[in-house]
Amino acid sequence: MLTFIIRRLLTAIPTLVLISLIIFLLLDLAPGDPLADQPLSIPPEVRQRMRDALGLDSPAYIRYLLWAKQFFWVEPLYFIDWLAGTNFADGMQRIVSWQFRAPVFDIIVQRIPQTLWVVGLAYLVGVMIALPIGIISAYKQYSWFDQLGTFVSMIGFSVPPFFSGVLMIVFFAIMLPWFPSIYDTTLVVNDFESLGKQIRQMTLPVLVLSLQTTAQLSRFMRASMLDNLNHDYVRTARAKGMTEKVVVLVHVLRNSLIPVVTVIALGIPSIFGGAIITEQIFKVNGLGQLLITAIYANDLPMVQTLAFIFAVLIVACNLIADMLYGLLDPRIRYD
Amino acid sequence: MGDVQTGMEAKAAVPLVKVRDLKMYFPIHSGLFRTHVGDIKAVDGISFDIMPGETLGLVGESGCGKSTVGRAILRLYDVTAGTVEINGFEIAHVDRDSLRSKRPMMQMIFQDPQASLNPRMTVASIIGEPLDEHMKLSGDERLARIYELMDWVGLNREFAKRYPHEFSGGQRQRIGIARALALNPKFIVCDEPIAALDVSIQAQVVNLLEELQTRLNLTYLFISHDLSMVRHIADRVAVMYLGRIVEIASREKLFADPLHPYSQALLSAVPEPDPESERNRRPIVLQGDVPSPANPPKGCNFSTRCPKVMDICRQQEPGVFDFGEGRQVACHLYSESMKTTAEPTGGERTN
Repeated sequence: MLTFIIRRLLTAIPTLVLISLIIFLLLDLAPGDPLADQPLSIPPEVRQRMRDALGLDSPAYIRYLLWAKQFFWVEPLYFIDWLAGTNFADGMQRIVSWQFRAPVFDIIVQRIPQTLWVVGLAYLVGVMIALPIGIISAYKQYSWFDQLGTFVSMIGFSVPPFFSGVLMIVFFAIMLPWFPSIYDTTLVVNDFESLGKQIRQMTLPVLVLSLQTTAQLSRFMRASMLDNLNHDYVRTARAKGMTEKVVVLVHVLRNSLIPVVTVIALGIPSIFGGAIITEQIFKVNGLGQLLITAIYANDLPMVQTLAFIFAVLIVACNLIADMLYGLLDPRIRYD
Repeated sequence: MGDVQTGMEAKAAVPLVKVRDLKMYFPIHSGLFRTHVGDIKAVDGISFDIMPGETLGLVGESGCGKSTVGRAILRLYDVTAGTVEINGFEIAHVDRDSLRSKRPMMQMIFQDPQASLNPRMTVASIIGEPLDEHMKLSGDERLARIYELMDWVGLNREFAKRYPHEFSGGQRQRIGIARALALNPKFIVCDEPIAALDVSIQAQVVNLLEELQTRLNLTYLFISHDLSMVRHIADRVAVMYLGRIVEIASREKLFADPLHPYSQALLSAVPEPDPESERNRRPIVLQGDVPSPANPPKGCNFSTRCPKVMDICRQQEPGVFDFGEGRQVACHLYSESMKTTAEPTGGERTN
């Protein structure tokens, strides 16, 4: 297993280098000028000085290597400095966002909590709801519960969040003023009242996002359970005289969870990727919102860095999913 | 020893398994509202007895309902109608909890040794799980019992911590047998236990089953489509066609002189080992396909393919005709010479 992990980590290095290069080239080839937002009254020589300051006119490979050096060398050094209080990175240039004029990583660190709270919680809630629904739907296939589950999943699959989110706001924020329609990032949770407020403002975005997770995962769980329920070893367990609870929850569920757990692990990067649309609707200023505003503003370092972090997360979660498979299924060995 | 012998013989007069008019229908739902439009009559009213220590072979072509019979007898399906009595207990209609407490006395060996073992459990936990559920054993007793069972079926004790996928097909079937034996069953349904194994392993597993039968005084229902294996292991043989038993007789009688036209056709398909007689073998080739069990033909189920079909066969279901010594045939050919009997009888043990 250890050699497998090391081998996978080594192969991940060229993969990630290639991905970062592709992201860089795509952004470089895309039309748009980072200075397009600046007033037209700026004289051309000043504009040119601004371009020089941002390094916009240097060749592509120099800009790429500069970014790579900053990402792989300077930022980790800053992190070590911040952790250990050392001074390795003094005087080195960090990746700076063009629109915020501040280090990209500082802004990301500011945005992560909102995304984790809203999108991460929605994922967790979605998983917690989807698994029981999938199990019961499969065990009682074609029952009214299963039909209802199928119907709700179909809605979750087919209704996009820009519709369901607005619908939620219309129903639960305007017609029934139970929840706020805008997420207040400045809210500080320090007592029960503010905690209640925080829960209420999280409810609607979590609801919208978890509907989608639930729809996908419950279908997957159901299919996996059905697949296993028809296996002969289930009949063996019944013939052994096991209780129905043991048959379903020990024999069938444990085997059915193997593919489901890996799918859950593969979905984790999407949490950090944020939910661009849902975050926009509810004004949650998380990572998804950060990415979309950076794209609007032609903030190339920010877009490049965020996109690459997502790529790293996807590669890492793929590895984790493969490792989980090996741990959960004795038939799979990586030696 | 003599007393024991007579005692056993007196006991042998009572069948261990009594099946009466067993029916297993699977409903067909279709249409807009998934209404009940019919049934697949997988098992359509069969009756037989199995004596203690006896092996009853159940043969028939694919899809005739053999496996369904085995599963329905052990209540792995909820039967549609009929009664099943094993060791004096009514199985077919008891509630789940009392059924579960009766599970130890009846067990099953499954066809596919790979699929019938939980891939995430070690051999020790597969064999040990029923012990935890039905017996109260200490850790050491449990392990001793697991090792004893592994010895019985010829598995190395060192394999206890391995997973099913690490074994060959024959070894897996041995695990399945050890698992079935764990709770000291009286009656075991062997559902094509050798069909998934290659020929050299088949003989080993069948010999193991016979050896265990002698040692533990087991009673088998041996389901198979391999007629030569059934001839080897069974004391009596029941021939099934489309959900019904068409003939039931002792092994010698059936293989020497099959009476039902379907049995004749089935047995004529077995190749002879002697090249001389193989050359003279004239297999009866049946025309057409097996009718759908959802829509069986009127009258005798075999009337659509029977080479000796008569007018009455298409009108009237044949009764069961008793030829004595436990031999029964369901065919109109014998209606003139024989009287119908309702009660099936168990055969004498032939040694």
